[in-house]
Amino acid sequence: MTPRFKPGDAVTVRRAYPPGHIRTPHYIRGKSGVVERICGSFANPEELAYGRNGLPAQPLYRVRFTQGQVWPDYTGTAGDSLDIEIYEHWIEPASGATDAR
Amino acid sequence: MRGYHDVGGLSLGPIDKDQHDYALWEKRVDAMLVLLANKGLITTDELRLGIETLGADVYERLGYYERWIASITRALVDRGVITTDELGRRMADVGRRAQEPS
Amino acid sequence: MHDDHSHPHEHHPDHDGPLSDYQLMEMAVRELLIEKRILTADEIRRAVEAMDARSPAIGARVVARAWVDPAYKSRLLTAGTAACQELGIEMSSVKLVVVENTAQVHNLVVCTLCSCYPRMLLGLPPDWYKSRAYRARAVREPRAVLREFGTEIADDVTVRVHDSTADMRYLVLPLRPAGTEGWTEERLAGLVTRDSMVGVSVPRV
Repeated sequence: MTPRFKPGDAVTVRRAYPPGHIRTPHYIRGKSGVVERICGSFANPEELAYGRNGLPAQPLYRVRFTQGQVWPDYTGTAGDSLDIEIYEHWIEPASGATDAR
Repeated sequence: MRGYHDVGGLSLGPIDKDQHDYALWEKRVDAMLVLLANKGLITTDELRLGIETLGADVYERLGYYERWIASITRALVDRGVITTDELGRRMADVGRRAQEPS
Repeated sequence: MHDDHSHPHEHHPDHDGPLSDYQLMEMAVRELLIEKRILTADEIRRAVEAMDARSPAIGARVVARAWVDPAYKSRLLTAGTAACQELGIEMSSVKLVVVENTAQVHNLVVCTLCSCYPRMLLGLPPDWYKSRAYRARAVREPRAVLREFGTEIADDVTVRVHDSTADMRYLVLPLRPAGTEGWTEERLAGLVTRDSMVGVSVPRV
């Protein structure tokens, strides 16, 4: 799969809360950050968890979030950040436009 | 919905820095997971899903490698590598042997 | 053993007591897998020995090399796994990302969802790294967590937390302490602790 995003892109993590084996932590859903790097493409862990092969491999990104935007009560320094690996199907462009899907 | 394992951001208390010595059986659990994964008989994500779905009560009662062996065993039975019957008989057998005076 | 019961703490089975159901399970599963020729006793023994051979000394060697060799450091930061393999370290299929502490940035590694850890370089993770309290708080209040480990990071230094949620594993490249000019790699490696490679502390002379 050709990566949909590139480093520097502003993205938002989807607000979805399905059961199952999800590697996008609860605390980051709905938050916006910037793609820091493309890590490569990997089989989907949500499928691997059930003994399926998780293919096609999909792009995995490291996304950098500003702590003050993740936690309303964050008391550290303004520049403090949080870098998380997120699979492509969990992020959307942070355009501000409503996601039609 | 939030998995019991999905703890990022929760307000939990001080971090316990005690360290226990790893027992041989724990290292064997770890070794078996790695070996089985290398042979394509389990994936790390199957291991994780099994742990994530133990339920909060069982999750709390069990130690780290107890959760692992519970999950690995479940995955092996799920995949038909071992049967519940074989497992039950062997656990009873091992238990009996462990009781025998050495 | 623990005075504070205000939060649940990790249960460790008593290794000297009667066998728990889970220890019986481990023995039963292992015997069955060996009988079915899926694994051999030898493979299991060797895997345990390999595990025992791994310790933070391996990661410390990588750090010390990066401290003395700028070109190596550059390769390490660009492609962590390959740089470790250069030193003869078995990396299996691990994808390593090395994050560098600088005068402006301090890095901290956590796996909030489970306990992902660069075991090939550091050995088995400490119990605290796997604890719910560390995993919950490292992402939300890293400076308070660092303080609990005796590490104070100045306000003008960015704290950057890495949550290893997927396929990468992380190693912190600590800042080389002042006063170590001219030290041999071996002596430098002696300064590098496991905790400094996870990011909860910094090396001190």
